[in-house]
Amino acid sequence: MDTAYVSTQPDKIKKLVVGWFSFTCSEDSTILFTELLNDHFAEWKTLVEFRHLKALKTNNSIENLDVAFIEGAISSEKQATEVTKIRNNSKYVVAIGACACNGLPSASRNMFVPENMSFKTKWYMEHFDYAAKVKKLEDVIKVDDKVDGCPMNAEAFKTALWKYLKLFKIIENA
Amino acid sequence: MHSGNITIENITKIEGTAGVEVTVENDKVTNLKFIIKDYRRFYTEAVLGKPYVASPSFLSRICGTCSVAHLFASLEAIEKSQDIVLTEQTRLLRRVAYDGLMIRDHALHLYFFVLPDVLGIDSILDIPDDHDDSGHILLHDSFDIKKLGTDISDVIIGAAIHAPYPTVGGFLKTPDPAKFPALIERLEKIRPQVLRGIKTFFDYKQELFSDADFLCLRNGKSFDFIEGEITNSDGKAITESNFHDFLKSVVVPYSQSEGYVFSDQHDNYLVGALARLNFNKDLLNPRTKADVEQYLSIFPSKNVHHNNLAQAIEILQCVDDALDVLKTIKIVDEKPVKTPKKAGVGVGVVEAPRGTLYHMARVNDKGMIEDYDVIVPTSQNQINIEKDLRKYFGANLDKPENVLRVEAEKIIRAYDPCMSCATNFLKIDWIRK
Repeated sequence: MDTAYVSTQPDKIKKLVVGWFSFTCSEDSTILFTELLNDHFAEWKTLVEFRHLKALKTNNSIENLDVAFIEGAISSEKQATEVTKIRNNSKYVVAIGACACNGLPSASRNMFVPENMSFKTKWYMEHFDYAAKVKKLEDVIKVDDKVDGCPMNAEAFKTALWKYLKLFKIIENA
Repeated sequence: MHSGNITIENITKIEGTAGVEVTVENDKVTNLKFIIKDYRRFYTEAVLGKPYVASPSFLSRICGTCSVAHLFASLEAIEKSQDIVLTEQTRLLRRVAYDGLMIRDHALHLYFFVLPDVLGIDSILDIPDDHDDSGHILLHDSFDIKKLGTDISDVIIGAAIHAPYPTVGGFLKTPDPAKFPALIERLEKIRPQVLRGIKTFFDYKQELFSDADFLCLRNGKSFDFIEGEITNSDGKAITESNFHDFLKSVVVPYSQSEGYVFSDQHDNYLVGALARLNFNKDLLNPRTKADVEQYLSIFPSKNVHHNNLAQAIEILQCVDDALDVLKTIKIVDEKPVKTPKKAGVGVGVVEAPRGTLYHMARVNDKGMIEDYDVIVPTSQNQINIEKDLRKYFGANLDKPENVLRVEAEKIIRAYDPCMSCATNFLKIDWIRK
């Protein structure tokens, strides 16, 4: 799948415009993504424009994304607003990793019994803008695809990336 | 700049989300906030009531990049609570797995996050596709180094992120020694590339001198990330179980992470590779020491940017240490050591890539977690990062704002902070800042 490819526009011009985002999580899928670059850096660089990738670049933009890959669960209204803005700037959204796909383990606090919560947990919940419940991504925005796993399943991610490279006619089947 | 605010909303090329707010009045910095923005996941509360055997794997989810450090600190805490004594084979395998973690994690930080600063570009994505370009060569070195670290983890503990083989008392699956020769060959082959990186970060001249004390593990026998006592620059040595008593937690009201001060004559302290090289350079692997001799006179250093060079040297240390272990270890099939469940308290302290990491587990006689605490390196460094930024901005307000922003990010990046970790906390008395 990720060996030979044929660019339909060999003189560069069009690349898949991608954003990578992290919300509440351990960022393990971001780390795994950086590991995938060990083998795929040169290949993906010719096919993908990473327009937003905070882990690797300072100059980032969320404007006019073809695909937003979003890791992590949503912990607050502020995050919900932010991820909605990303959705509105993206043609497609792919939920990345367990926290984005089903909320857990970041949503563990949804099971806390308020009267049993420690003083310190309550203090942070009250002094910062925590929502009552942590939400998975599709509870907040429309999600087009999911790459599950903790961290994400690397092969499933590559399959998803390939799907959108074909969908946007960046590549044809070799 | 006479008066105004400088805000860095999101610091880039670090793990997690943090920002900086600086208030300037009449050419003086009147306020500076280093703000950790990641939301807490309250894992130390979520783990309560879970069986101890499930807890290390759950708590490794605190962090993606240093999950192995959390896993091993948690295993150590629980094993000590149960009086479990590990076999020599388990100790050695954990040691070499930890080498794999350090190789991969340091290389990610140094090459993916810091190297663009060295090259004067925004991102590794901007490095030219020219095989003779020095940036291109270093970037491809980093792919080889990172991949080797990951492959060591895969062979020894099943994965580099949230590893499945380690368990309380040993391993669920014994690593296959038939895979060691290939790793040994690659470890030997990688040394010139690692040495090229060390020279690169030695030649990267940045200065910011901290007045902080340093803390790290030291055991007097070897350069060790797992076993030792916590040592400071006065030579004070604290056992792992007493570390908690020497810290005071500080509420930083605008940050999702609290900070820490050390109950000693030093007001603040710094943890990480710089602390380890400052205190333990005499314990480096003899082969490492011989090959980096020309760089070692820098240490002890109070220049926080030397944390980058210290990490680069630690990559070679871990390569040579892994070689020693893999060449000599004789693998036998072992079952995890088990003892009857009992009520107890255990503390596990390890050196995570970015500094000293503390886990404390209190277990009841049914083997369930009753209390759990974590202190992570970035929380410990948080106050120091803020002090260093205040010092930098205070001395450089005549510079253009874009220069101040770039340089501030370089200072923060030198600490290799991890915000995912930093939003976990220790339950001890607070001091209002």
